[in-house]
Parts: sequence; C-alpha cells; structure tokens
Amino acid sequence: MKRTLEWQIATVTAIKPETAEVRTLTLALPDWNAHRPGQHYDIRLTAGDGYAAQRSYSIASEPERTGEIDITVERIPDGEVSPYLLDTVVVGDRFEVRGPIGGYFVWDESVDGPILLVAGGSGVVPLMAMLRHRAAARVSAPARLLYSARTYEQIIYGPELDMLASQDGVKVSYALTRAQPPGWKGYARRIDDAMLADVSKALGPQVVAYVCGPTALVEVAADGLERIGLPAERIRTERFGPSGT
Amino acid sequence: MTRGFVGRRESAGTQANRIPPGQHLVKDFPVLSAGPTPRTDLAKWTFRIEGLVKEPVSWGWSEFQKLPAQDFVKDISCVTKWTKLDTRWRGVSVDILLEQVELDRRAAFVTAFSDGGYTTNIPLPELVNGQAFVAYGYDGKPLAPEHGGPARLVVPHLYFWKSAKWIRGLRLMDKDVPGFWESLGYNNHGDPWKEERYTGD
Repeated sequence: MKRTLEWQIATVTAIKPETAEVRTLTLALPDWNAHRPGQHYDIRLTAGDGYAAQRSYSIASEPERTGEIDITVERIPDGEVSPYLLDTVVVGDRFEVRGPIGGYFVWDESVDGPILLVAGGSGVVPLMAMLRHRAAARVSAPARLLYSARTYEQIIYGPELDMLASQDGVKVSYALTRAQPPGWKGYARRIDDAMLADVSKALGPQVVAYVCGPTALVEVAADGLERIGLPAERIRTERFGPSGT
Repeated sequence: MTRGFVGRRESAGTQANRIPPGQHLVKDFPVLSAGPTPRTDLAKWTFRIEGLVKEPVSWGWSEFQKLPAQDFVKDISCVTKWTKLDTRWRGVSVDILLEQVELDRRAAFVTAFSDGGYTTNIPLPELVNGQAFVAYGYDGKPLAPEHGGPARLVVPHLYFWKSAKWIRGLRLMDKDVPGFWESLGYNNHGDPWKEERYTGD
C-alpha cells in the first residue's frame, strides 16, 4: 500500500439505530477503495474556528458493497466525537474521512483455516465486516462468533447475526454478563477458558482467532486462547479503551 | 467545516500547545497491541545489542538493573489519536547502552526487536543524545506486561508504536528495514508533529 491516503468528503446517506446507544451511519465516498474486513477509516471533524478532532472507526460493511461504507458508532460517555455522530448528524451531512487503514487485524479468503471471532461490546463491528464478507464472497471456511455483551438489549446486529447463523458453517454464541432474559440458553458469565475451549473445539487446530473489544476482555480472551493451545501468532487482537471517543 | 460540530477544546486547556495535530488528551493509559501479551521469565530475559558493532553485547535482567538508570517525564502520542502528558518512567538511556559497544561506521539505522516477533525501525541519530531510553519502571512501579513490561523502548518524539513493547534488543544496520507496522501501511518515520501516521503522509 504505497499510495498516500488522501482526505475525502463522505456524505451520510442512511442512519440506522442498532441499540439505545449505538447507530450505524452509511457513508457515500467519492473515492471508494475496496477494504479488507477488519480495516478502519479515520474521521476528521472541523469546528467553525478551525479546531479539528480525529478518530478511527472500524468498517462494518463488506467490500462487496461498492461506493459506500458503514461505520457503527457507540456512545462514549463524555466523548467528543461519538455524541456528535449519534445526536447531531443527519442524512445529508458531510465530513472528512480517509482510509481504509490497517494491515494486520484483517481477514479475507487469503487467510487459511477456520476463524474464531471473539467480540466484546462494540468490538463486534470489524468482526461483522468479516462475517458479511464471508457470506457475500461465499467463503467456505467455518466461522464461529463468541460475542460478550452486558445485556440482550445491547447486542448489536442481533437479527442479522441470527440470519447469518442459520447458514452453513457459521455459529454465533452470546455471553450476557450482567442480565439475561427469561429462559436464556446462552452463556451467562464473562468469557473464560472453558467457554473458549467450548466454542473453538469444533474448529480444529488450524483455527485463526480475531479478538476485539475493551482491553480487559481482550487480555482475558487472548491469554485464554493461548492457554487452551492456540499459538500466539494465530491470535490477532484489536483493543479499545475509554479513550476511543 | 463540519456542520454542528463544536468540539471539546477545553479538555486540553493551557496545555493545547503540547498536543500534536489530530490528537486528543487522555488521562488513562490505553493498551494497543497486535496479539496476546507475552510473559517473559526474567531469568531468561536478555537485552542484546547486535548487528554493525565490533562485539555484540548482552545483559541479563539483573545486569541490566545495574546500568545507570534515570527518571524521565515525557509526553507520548499514539497514532490511534491519544496523547498523554507527563508520563513518568524509569530506565536506561540508549546513550548508556551504546557506550558499551563499538559501532561500525556504517551503522545508520536501528531495528528494535521484541518478544513475540515485533520489530520497529528508527534512524540511529533519533535514538541518541537523550532522545530514547529502555524503560522498566512506570509511575513508580515495575512496568506492567500489557504496557510492555518487563522492559520497553521509549522514543517519545515519535508515535508510540516506535516505542517497542517487550523489547529484547537493538540491531544496528546500514539500511533502513521497515518493521512490523511500517510494513502494514503505517509511516516509516512517525513524527506526530508532522502527522506522519500512514504510508505516504
């Protein structure tokens, strides 16, 4: 990737609420370039006096959707950029973006083997791009998503994940850590080694793992995957903390 | 200009001139790394200077602790947009380490290498004269593993991916060989004040 990443003006063409504190923006890009699932864009917002703020957002959509990308934004309390994207932005608004960026936390058909995706909260976003691409490109590699959220209501992309899980080769498991609906059959605790062993056992020894979420979850999941026998070089992580506003 | 965007400049206040363009201030210490956190047995830990030197040198953990250490207070900036001011470190200046070897006159670039296979490249002139150190203490405590402990390189004037976590040595070279992130779309140099974030910036 030798080309310089130039800023371009994205136009918001659709807004979809996902949960109470999360929404997806569809951005039309005049200079769209195919991304690899897992990559992100930088966003730059400029105030009237020239002050500018930049943040990175993972791409949620698959590269088969040309000319536009989805980003999914979660509210960070006291954040600077996320409240603007959640509360102020309307369809037709424009702001600067550049990307796609990132070359390690990426998955596509060039990566051999089954994939284990482990998400905490909005860490599911780049993993969703991988699952959407897997479906759109009809990749046959088995995929398993273990998705930890506090409550059922905080699950992002729930209906679409149910649909993806009904297809061949994909399974989705949830771990609800704070509250569970009546009759809940999924996990009702934080991610631990037993859970990781349980979800990965059907994938075999060639599995490649992608872990994305808050630092504490990523540390537990990446360490746990090593303890149950995955080599470190097949565990790719992306961490975000309170500063990812 | 972005319609309706005001921003939160006051978070920086009078320290705004210490925050590079496109960065924002944080009070916490975010963790970013590409894979699991390595855990190195200190009994097996070594720090090595190799490559274009007359004789390579290697220290074990207890030997490394006996090298003259200093306290450093530095502002650091991560390419993921956060800047943290006045971070407090303890460690050994790269100048002290390089005094222990005789450099080949062709040595012009350095590859820092780490547990887990991570590498990053830095021009030699940007590691010397008090610009970089190998830290094993942070905020009065041993450096935590997720922040690069037992020891990490700190090069505060470059984006923080150049400050290799879990460092195990420096390799002196005559050529500039891109490291891990430098081969994956990130800038070869990484000066925050010039916003050298990505390839071509």
